[in-house]
Amino acid sequence: MIQYLMSYLGSPLTPGQAGNQLWALIYVMIIFTGVSVAVMAMNWLERKALAHFQIRLGPMRVGPHGLLQPIADAIKLALKEDIIPTEADQFVFWIAPLIGLIASFTVYIVIPFGPSQAVSDMNIGILFMLGVSSLGALGIVVAGWASNSHYPLIGALRSSAQMVSYEVAMGLAVVSAIMMTSLGSASTGTLSMIQIVESQQQQGVWFLFKFFPLGLIAFVVFAIAMVAETNRAPFDMAEAESELTAGFHTEYSGLRWSLFMLAEYAAMIAVSSIAVTLWLGGWMRPFPNLLSGPTWEFIFSLFPGLTFAALALFAFIGTVRMPSHSFFKIQKIGLGAFGLVLAFIALVLFLIAIAGHNSDTSIAARFREGIDYVYWFVLKVSIFMYLFIWYRATWPRYRFDQLMRIGWKVMLPISLGVLILTAIVGIRQEIWQAIQTLLKG
Amino acid sequence: MNELKDNALPNAVVSSSANSAAHLDLDTPDKPYLASNELIINMGPQHPATHGVLRVILKLDGEKVLGTECVIGYLHRGVEKIAENRTYTMFNPYVDRMDYVAAVSNGLGYCQAVEKLLNVEAPPRANYIRVILTELNRIASHQLWLGTHALDIGAMTPLFYTFRDREEILKIFEKYCGARLTTHAFRIGGCQYETYAGFEKEVKNFLAFVAPKIDEYEELLTTNRIWLERTKNVGTISAEDAIALGVTGPVLRASGVKWDIRKAQPYANYADFDFEVPTGKNGDTYDRYLVRMVEMRQSLRIIEQAVNGIPEGPIMAKVPKVIKPAVGEIYHSIESPKGELGYFIVSDGSTQPYRLRVRPPSFVNLQALDVMVRGQLVADVVAVIGTIDIVLGEVDR
Repeated sequence: MIQYLMSYLGSPLTPGQAGNQLWALIYVMIIFTGVSVAVMAMNWLERKALAHFQIRLGPMRVGPHGLLQPIADAIKLALKEDIIPTEADQFVFWIAPLIGLIASFTVYIVIPFGPSQAVSDMNIGILFMLGVSSLGALGIVVAGWASNSHYPLIGALRSSAQMVSYEVAMGLAVVSAIMMTSLGSASTGTLSMIQIVESQQQQGVWFLFKFFPLGLIAFVVFAIAMVAETNRAPFDMAEAESELTAGFHTEYSGLRWSLFMLAEYAAMIAVSSIAVTLWLGGWMRPFPNLLSGPTWEFIFSLFPGLTFAALALFAFIGTVRMPSHSFFKIQKIGLGAFGLVLAFIALVLFLIAIAGHNSDTSIAARFREGIDYVYWFVLKVSIFMYLFIWYRATWPRYRFDQLMRIGWKVMLPISLGVLILTAIVGIRQEIWQAIQTLLKG
Repeated sequence: MNELKDNALPNAVVSSSANSAAHLDLDTPDKPYLASNELIINMGPQHPATHGVLRVILKLDGEKVLGTECVIGYLHRGVEKIAENRTYTMFNPYVDRMDYVAAVSNGLGYCQAVEKLLNVEAPPRANYIRVILTELNRIASHQLWLGTHALDIGAMTPLFYTFRDREEILKIFEKYCGARLTTHAFRIGGCQYETYAGFEKEVKNFLAFVAPKIDEYEELLTTNRIWLERTKNVGTISAEDAIALGVTGPVLRASGVKWDIRKAQPYANYADFDFEVPTGKNGDTYDRYLVRMVEMRQSLRIIEQAVNGIPEGPIMAKVPKVIKPAVGEIYHSIESPKGELGYFIVSDGSTQPYRLRVRPPSFVNLQALDVMVRGQLVADVVAVIGTIDIVLGEVDR
């Protein structure tokens, strides 16, 4: 049994490559649970962070500092009456949230949390990802149409207009990053998500900094387009609450509505993962080539533990600072227990890091590697998640014709220019040689 | 307006249900395969951006606005009729309920109108207190406008900042007269209450507190690209149109007309103070935003001068216990935060007004909505409703 498990843990292949469906299923379950939990955590974090931007406290009642608020919300939404308007197209109304949800969850198949920590490594990974995540817009359009109501219809129209104007610029930015995979010494181009990260390691540079500032510009174009892609502020015209009451999901309530929210947040994480994979070195820790060697490995492998230790410390400080009123007694115990759980996780992570440092081939070393990969990946993604919240707190909403104008007249030329310049800079030596031969001949 | 009402409404309602395929008459060759219709949608009376219970019927071509019609009256309480059955003193608190975010201004207008009818002058100290409180109220009103206007355009955060700072003004009101919103601060002939101990210090503290806060709002919005795109050349109204429609207040001034009743027909003792009347050039939403931001700063200037120069003396003029004006009529208007707020009172010599008519700035300014949004997009309707700064309590009365 242990041998059997070890053969998987030690395998450098993803379950998809190895052709093992059971192992793939387990991965899918883990990812599905993980993403759902991440969405809940993101929900809480967004409300808290947004509240602090806006000099409020945010959720404070359900659990210590509102920690259980997402769970309370989920229960409330699940128990709510499920209303389908009589005038709506019943079947399409029913299937619309599922389209969005399935689209945003399917892309996780190819997201590489580590060199073998993905369900499958498709050779067209990034293409698959862009294609499937764009299907999310279909869910919105269909939902707006099926509601048979004016506001959702306008929301759906806006969403489709938005998608058309941003997918192109987004795609071109992605192409310039893919092109970079083939522009290193001894590297070949690839569309596979895992090999894109590996080629960044080979070339010794995150594509964000490659051909500076070309990579950076492409990244910025993508970062703007991905906000539009996920219908988030300042591009949330499809659900602009001050204009279209709730936009495409005006007629939705209860569980169906929550599916839309789940899809939206899952899509946010998914597109952030694309950005991290393409430009920020995916699962790689900072400076894997420069600061190599077992000592550096060990130091960097302490980071997950340190993060959890810091979170535990936060929780403990919060426990101590809570007022000594009887109302806060349960909350105090809850937050303290939460801190203890975090501290325990930190301890386990430290133990794994130390055990993995001492022996290179054991199961602990494999575990340590896996944890490191996932940790750095999640850390990079969470930076994007914070940016999403920050945008929402700071900026007014664009008008949809302005968004289209920016998409077509600004972003598209920029990304096209970056693409061409990347190609020219990438083969500058060949061009130079060709010119020299021409001059000589 | 009438054209929209008579022709378009009954016919153009779009139905996108599954049954409508039957109406699509695919066989007739002269009809286009995909028929397109104008869309009539209802904005309000329950809509997050209509600031209360305004209902706007929009005629849309896609997202383009072809015409609008405002349906008002959801908050009608018959304030003017009530006045005919109340004595002059009893009616005073009712005016606070019209423009409830600028209750102090409303009270000032009413009290001064009755004073004019009675030929009474409020003593100087009362006038100073009145000016301080009305100008504070102008800032509070503009803060509420800014927060909600920004929220309509999608910026959530300024709302909370403005409400935080408005709170300080409401605290001063509460300490002065016991109420925060419907203040009933003034009486016919002056003020009922002497200022509380530390009033001047608190007002001065507030001035020092709020000036950097106004910078903070401007930092978030004034040079924000998205804010500029959303407000520049949106809801433009020319000076001629604005005058023709009777638009007053910041909306008129943003179109370039320097008309401020505080300067044009000074009341209370506004003639004593040194302040400027900001005007815009283009008459668009952005100019109206800038005008109101400058107005807040000018109000601070007025308050500062008033607090420093506040004289000692009585706060009530000699007013008979039972107010019985001579037969006659009077019109008095003041510059409320939203525009010209006028009271027309007809007296038949009894203790109750024979007829009282209010000229509410919100109601008159709202007429400009159609001119401003025609040809613009749905998102602009929301921005324009916000920029006109209506309070439905005042529109419907």
